[in-house]
Amino acid sequence: MDKRFVYADNAATTPVAAEVLSKMLPYFTGEFGNPSAGFYSLGQRAKAAIEEARQQVANVIGAEAKEIIFTGSGTEADNMALRGFMHSKQAKGRRRLITSAIEHHAILHTADALKEEGFNVVVLPVDNYGVVKLDALENAINEDTALVSIMTANNEIGTVQPLREIADICHKKGVFFHTDAVQAFGHIPINVKELGIDMLSLSGHKINAPKGVGALYVRSGIALQSYITGGGQEKGRRSGTENVAGIVALGEAARLKGENMEREMAYVGSLSKRLQEKVLERIPQCALTGHPENRLPGNSSFVFAAIEGETLIMDLNLAGICAATGSACSTASLDPSHVLMSIGLSHERAHGSLRLTLDVMNTEDDVDYIVENLEKILERRRKMSPVWEE
Amino acid sequence: MEYSNKVMDHFANPRNVGELEDANAVGQVGNLKCGDIMKIYMKIEDDIIKDISFKTFGCGAAIATSSMATEMVKGKTIQEALKLTNSAVVEALEGLPPAKVHCSVLAEEAIKAALADYYKGKGIDPTPIIGCTGDCAHCHGEHH
Ligand SMILES: Cc1ncc(COP(=O)(O)O)c(C=O)c1O
Repeated sequence: MDKRFVYADNAATTPVAAEVLSKMLPYFTGEFGNPSAGFYSLGQRAKAAIEEARQQVANVIGAEAKEIIFTGSGTEADNMALRGFMHSKQAKGRRRLITSAIEHHAILHTADALKEEGFNVVVLPVDNYGVVKLDALENAINEDTALVSIMTANNEIGTVQPLREIADICHKKGVFFHTDAVQAFGHIPINVKELGIDMLSLSGHKINAPKGVGALYVRSGIALQSYITGGGQEKGRRSGTENVAGIVALGEAARLKGENMEREMAYVGSLSKRLQEKVLERIPQCALTGHPENRLPGNSSFVFAAIEGETLIMDLNLAGICAATGSACSTASLDPSHVLMSIGLSHERAHGSLRLTLDVMNTEDDVDYIVENLEKILERRRKMSPVWEE
Repeated sequence: MEYSNKVMDHFANPRNVGELEDANAVGQVGNLKCGDIMKIYMKIEDDIIKDISFKTFGCGAAIATSSMATEMVKGKTIQEALKLTNSAVVEALEGLPPAKVHCSVLAEEAIKAALADYYKGKGIDPTPIIGCTGDCAHCHGEHH
């Protein structure tokens, strides 16, 4: 196959969709009003645009518009949920926060910071597929527990958590449940009311909206401690003049994702299936990581024996393919990613990790091109490896 | 990770790759847990490294430093090869990101390990000549 450019790192970020871009552009120029300037129509229109976006985001998760707070990123939404809740009256002075070992650093480092402040943080283990151990959750919830935060789907291995079971356990025990849905929002169906989710984080740039805009769903009745104070925007929950264009984009992107979800899930899922089947069939000594069925439609994550992940990424890049790895060499630390370690992979196995995340822009030809190159790269590099044994 | 053009060249087209059939000196350093293993094969005649090759498991920098280090000692005397330092390898590669400097240390150690093996093969204790040949079971943290 001729050389092509294949973007297979959609879990890292996605391009802004054309419809989204055209909807947001006017808010940089003609429609530049400040939403707080409500005495003239320019400001009113900006305000209306934000409120439309709020409704659009809410619709995708079965929430009410007033339950959506726009933020500057998924990371900020995670911080707002954890810090804002643990410091709120709602926490009733309870000091325990429970989370899982495979969370994004936006959660784990925030939990660390809360621990520094004197909160009690429990990090739950996961099984070999990356599913949180529900009995461990049940055991960890005590009288002092305020909040449980467990991600909807993992960014590295794609595993989707049993949200309903988790929410049920939380509510049975009278504690609140937050989920980081940054990877899942717009990609798989989530209904916060049906599932019993109290707070949910999401981000624009994983669904073809721009980087630097996100949102937190907070079930009505929950009052978080605000920590960005100022002019009282977002009903005082997050001050600062709104990123109007970004919010409009997030709303439009959410609407598109919601409307096309079924079709996109089927399409992206079939691409991933093709990729996984071909890789596992053609390449010796490799395995899929994450849950075999309960995973994000676009996620294919593998480990390959006798090869280091960064080598794979660099060779794939030379072939025009963008991909990711959780190997130690790709991180600043000496260890492979905490997610790969948590699912019980040895250091040796985790060093050979590769994540390919597909999305609606990808095609079957992309998949075939990836497989063809991956096969060539592995054959060549494994011959150079002193630990490769056929 | 931003690599120099030299690193990318030696990564994409590594020199002296594979095993040497008639090697009389073989050294291996690093370990799987840490994610880098370098194995160097040499054919030494009259104290001169006539031929050399390597096999490396590791990141792009590990492959590039192995390739460069083998180029730098090929055709050299043992005495000259023993003088190869990791910083000379880094310089020849037009620099390495700080987090990858340990790969050049590993390359220096791999050359020394092969030379130590050569001395051992001749019944000579290499320690006074070469000193520690690396491969001290821990990971490469202190080189960061
Ligand atoms: C699971 C998860 N949570 C949080 C984030 C952070 O979102 P953002 O990049 O918008 O700060 C990401 C993005 O990589 C993610 O994958």
